[in-house]
Amino acid sequence: MTTEPGRAWQDVPLLFERSQPGRRAGRPPRTDLPVPEIPESLRRARPPRLPELAEPELVRHFTALADRTFGVDTGFYPLGSCTMKHNPRVHERLAALPGFRDLHPHQEDDGAQGALELMWRLQEMLAEIAGLPAVTLQPAAGSQGELTGLMLMRAYFADRGEGESRDTIITADTAHGTNPASVTMSGYKLQKVATDARGNLDLDDLRRLVNERTAGLMLTNPSTLGLFDEGIEEVAEIFHDAGALLYYDGANLNAVVGISRPGDMGFDIVHYNLHKTFSQPHGGGGPGAGPVAVRDTIEPYLPVPRVVRDGDRYRLDHEAPKSIGRVRGFAGPFGVFVRAYAFIRAYGPALREMSEVAVLNANYLLARLRDVYELPYDRHCMHEFVLSARGLKRDHGVTALDVAKRLMDYGIHPPTIYFPLVVPEALMIEPTETEPKERLDGFVEAMRAIAREAAESPEVLHEAPHGRPVRRLDEVRAAKEPILRYAFEEPAVERAARS
Amino acid sequence: MPASESYPDDLLYHPEHDWARIEDDEAVLGITWFAQDSLGELVHYEPPEVGTTVAKDAPYGEIESVKAVSDVIAPLSGEVLEVNAKAVEEPEIVNDDPYGEGWLIRIRISDPDEADDLLDADAYRALVAEQ
Repeated sequence: MTTEPGRAWQDVPLLFERSQPGRRAGRPPRTDLPVPEIPESLRRARPPRLPELAEPELVRHFTALADRTFGVDTGFYPLGSCTMKHNPRVHERLAALPGFRDLHPHQEDDGAQGALELMWRLQEMLAEIAGLPAVTLQPAAGSQGELTGLMLMRAYFADRGEGESRDTIITADTAHGTNPASVTMSGYKLQKVATDARGNLDLDDLRRLVNERTAGLMLTNPSTLGLFDEGIEEVAEIFHDAGALLYYDGANLNAVVGISRPGDMGFDIVHYNLHKTFSQPHGGGGPGAGPVAVRDTIEPYLPVPRVVRDGDRYRLDHEAPKSIGRVRGFAGPFGVFVRAYAFIRAYGPALREMSEVAVLNANYLLARLRDVYELPYDRHCMHEFVLSARGLKRDHGVTALDVAKRLMDYGIHPPTIYFPLVVPEALMIEPTETEPKERLDGFVEAMRAIAREAAESPEVLHEAPHGRPVRRLDEVRAAKEPILRYAFEEPAVERAARS
Repeated sequence: MPASESYPDDLLYHPEHDWARIEDDEAVLGITWFAQDSLGELVHYEPPEVGTTVAKDAPYGEIESVKAVSDVIAPLSGEVLEVNAKAVEEPEIVNDDPYGEGWLIRIRISDPDEADDLLDADAYRALVAEQ
């Protein structure tokens, strides 16, 4: 442990480094169950090497890490495409209601009517939001929603005798990386359609690509440029005329809820990111949920089980002969459903105000930053927008990465950078509806100050951050030489025995 | 040491920021200074297998930086004769020397006429200037 004044903030030793033989944070009760016989060959030669700490030191360790962590509860977090909005605290109380929290996943339907009703009502609300009639709550995240959607496409075409002949999915060159990954994982070939000068799909390029081999399109609308595709109805016509389907990546749904519906735009399959649009503590691999809504023609293939209502009773329905089957264990990430349901009910009919304020906040930032950072597509944006630091790089050698790192010194989480790939030195900014005007103004002042610093003292930006627990990290070395396990100091005799 | 910006006159260029150096019926392929500068320091190069074929305008391998994973686009069609093992081991040599030690593959050209579609250094420099 450090004794050097001023260093305590920087150093958080690992649990293993704090370990002292014999210390314990708790003692489990002695088991009164019979100990199962484990064959000698399967027994480990020595106990697992676990860190040994008393509870106060354990608590201090994690509190120290929490103190150094930045979240939406700490400050402004405009991470484009991630929709880092406030998580209302009442959600935690609701998700912890004993009838929800303590429900066993194997509970019979009769004993889980409240939970099933909540799921059924959520399905209904999501169907209304998407403008499509049937919903599965199963997928555990947006990426799994994408894969589920493509499996549904495959089942739909196989059922029509076109399973072999339709082998290609088209994505935009601005697509989230998960889109091409899902296409490849589901066994489809990938084609990319270009973006035109206004940031819409290039319709001429699209007409050239779409044919009888096309299974469908994967698109997020608004796009990752934060722009609503002005040709979306024509896009849908091109695909539907060729007998192909349209998949809506719901990552950017926060822009349009209650205003326009993917089903009305012509999309046949939609996934939602409940953890983005309808609030949920997320990031760092936290719990997500990626429900999928479909048109009636695709409903027979949805995963089972789904929640159905019979009169005033609710049950899990496993009967669907054409279903693609389960995509996840049990009924889905239930705690996420409770929070999303509470979020939607709290807004009620005013839910569109959520999207209106998110779009207004983004356009306010755009209007106040466009004279100091380049705006590659000169249009009003939706819930997010993409600026380019290309001018700073050309004139002062300052990159988008430098800007992002310097923002941390101003107490602001950096935006998404270097994405989408079609914009050089991209800064993708999504304020969400959470932020009051003074927070937005604080961000504008920081971004403008950084642009001035780029001209006056670029070295300050190259070396940023200066005031955070750690300075500029070596990302290349982290990628090339990751340290994935703790390097125990082993007695020489054990090392020799292993090698 | 990252190389400084250059686009040698003896190479042909593909608009997706790839170059070809034609040597009789063979060609050496790589990515341009602009491509490596946009990506930043490379951390991985996934090459094709020797003996496979590459098709003009189609991806033949992947390069990865901390910013992004990118397809490498073939400027010409042909059979892969050799992969630059050093670039696999130490992908940063592509940053240091994109037209020399940082070459990616050598192919036997299957359709010499395809070279007519490629850009010369002046045309490619003009394209980069617009980016």
